[in-house]
Amino acid sequence: MELKTKVHAEEGKQELWITREFDLPVELLFKAHEDPDIFEEWMSHEYGKTKIIKYDIKKHGSWQFDTVDAQGNVLFSANGVFHDVIPNKVIIRTFEMNDSSMPVQLEFLEFESLSEHTSKLSMHIVYRTLAQRDQMLKLPFAQGLSMAHDRLQKVLGKLKQ
Amino acid sequence: MNLRRDVFQAIADPTRRAIIALVALNAMTPSAIAENFPSSRQTISKHIQILTECELLRQEQSGREVYYHFNPRKMKEIADFIEPFRKMWDDRFNKLEGMMKKYKTNKP
Repeated sequence: MELKTKVHAEEGKQELWITREFDLPVELLFKAHEDPDIFEEWMSHEYGKTKIIKYDIKKHGSWQFDTVDAQGNVLFSANGVFHDVIPNKVIIRTFEMNDSSMPVQLEFLEFESLSEHTSKLSMHIVYRTLAQRDQMLKLPFAQGLSMAHDRLQKVLGKLKQ
Repeated sequence: MNLRRDVFQAIADPTRRAIIALVALNAMTPSAIAENFPSSRQTISKHIQILTECELLRQEQSGREVYYHFNPRKMKEIADFIEPFRKMWDDRFNKLEGMMKKYKTNKP
């Protein structure tokens, strides 16, 4: 099966690239990043809902969101600024996790029209250190393990009752 | 010694997986780690010891306290460690694509 989303992380470099082609015109791909209601919906998943607190998408505007679980507990909270926004072309933003020892990271999003109905997004993320990049790459792995653990605890909890 | 097998054995236990997930976000002392679990401190210490022995956690002395760090380099032993990161973005982008296709059709 062909993988639509590609992650390119070179050994020894504190940066990575995420690329993806969409069956969407570039305007709609950009809109999904520009409209906070749409953005929070596709950033949400079954374990956590993304809630936008602030999303001032313009040059030198800032953003903030929480990811909350079904009980309303904040699992994750992040913030950053939009360094530059050029409609249908570029978003340059920073990303920082709140209450974490992880330093801020810099993200370059490039939107490209491939045809009338297709487009491409290239994300280039630059981390402060190589160790931080490796750690961020492995967070979904670690969190995936944690979610598996949570599910197991729920099942065990039911058995105990 | 087969180190690779040891890493897989280490993550086969749900409590140890949860410890990795906790420490991946912030370095923690053993007592701070133990507070997150209903098990005894001795049990958690044993789990930490196993994770440290197979180098998934790294110890660091800071004054009188010992902090445990997640050791990302070691995770290279696990061939597909990067896949959950890729899959996280792939899931998000699939959702985006599906939503925007509907958005396009619903537009007057």
